[in-house]
Amino acid sequence: MIANLSWIFFSTLLINNFTLAMFLGLCSFFGVTTKMDTGWRLGAANTFVLVMTAVAVWVLNTFVLAQAPYLRTIAFIVVIASLVQIVEMAIKKFLPVLFRELGIYLPLITTNCAILYLALTQTTRGYGLVEGIVYALGGGLGLTLALTLMASIRERLDVADVPAMAKKMGLVLIIASCMSMAFMGFAGMGSG
Amino acid sequence: MTTEALTTAEAAEPIVPGAPPPQPLWLDFWRGIADDNPVMIQMLGLCPAMAISNQLANGLGMGAATIFVLVCSSLLISLLRSVIPTEVRLATYILIIATFVTISDLVMQAYFPLLSKTLGPFVPLIVVNCIILGRAEAFAGKVKPMRAMADAFGMGIGFTLALCTISAFRELVGSGMLLGYSIFGPNYEPWVFMIMPPGGFLTMGLMFLVMGWWSERKKAKLAGVAA
Repeated sequence: MIANLSWIFFSTLLINNFTLAMFLGLCSFFGVTTKMDTGWRLGAANTFVLVMTAVAVWVLNTFVLAQAPYLRTIAFIVVIASLVQIVEMAIKKFLPVLFRELGIYLPLITTNCAILYLALTQTTRGYGLVEGIVYALGGGLGLTLALTLMASIRERLDVADVPAMAKKMGLVLIIASCMSMAFMGFAGMGSG
Repeated sequence: MTTEALTTAEAAEPIVPGAPPPQPLWLDFWRGIADDNPVMIQMLGLCPAMAISNQLANGLGMGAATIFVLVCSSLLISLLRSVIPTEVRLATYILIIATFVTISDLVMQAYFPLLSKTLGPFVPLIVVNCIILGRAEAFAGKVKPMRAMADAFGMGIGFTLALCTISAFRELVGSGMLLGYSIFGPNYEPWVFMIMPPGGFLTMGLMFLVMGWWSERKKAKLAGVAA
């Protein structure tokens, strides 16, 4: 049980990293990662929503969607959208400081494909409640890791002398490619 | 119909704040392919553009599914634009989009099971493709159905073209094949790196570099002319 759970956690965190290996949540990965602070804060908010989604999806799958599997995509997206709304309201009420810091990134989590991806794969892999939560934690921390690393590299890039043709996105994408290559090294972990 | 009648009919149309200025249909169509290409210029929908673009067939299938969802949802949203209350428009758009995505997902599972398997969760993930919600919010919710459809077709084809360029390059270099047919012959040593995840980032990065080089060159030329 523990071995299985830790395998789920580490493989989602490193080997199948949501951002660098599965190409999920790239909009925020490229859009928000100009400062390290916003990078890891957005990652933390994402992780929170991912865990909540995992619980909600488990409830939906066990009690509702067994009768109507064709409604999956619609049900998931509605649940995710309302969940983000509730989380937003709760944070606004109880943690106003954090709410101001996150700003627009909070509602934008709805359209982060990592959340819907988690809901869908959790269903197809048949994860239970605990497995789902561990999966969400691994994925969320993986996102946070990628966002923080990228943001810290881009903070250094600000002061570097970059050729004009690479100024916009070219260089950032090639850096992402190098990071993704580095993360591919973890793929050997499973066989060891 | 006389000219006067036309003017009154146009005046009767409620003025939507932030609606795009009127222009010929072909311009609405063409903008999505060239000047406002969703992937290359607006940098939307990057996730599917890199995630499934290791084979040309995947690019084509994904492009077709996205065009279907984009056109159908744009048409429906444009038809319902006076009925949908502004406060809940985003939720309504998402529901409409999710419905068409479910249709295309089920059709793909039934008729193209192999393609559906390789694309995996990325077909249902069309729901959260920012191109579609972006077009609904910026365009389809504010204009007449014909214009919304022209725009959706343009954006969809622009997305598909970008997807096909990336996936053709990656498949060609990464496996020496195109649509499953060998191009470089049996002696070609495949550059496997390109069909793995880092290759996606690299291809996209190279593309942006080429585009940056092109615009810099244009700028230098213009400066030369001015001097």
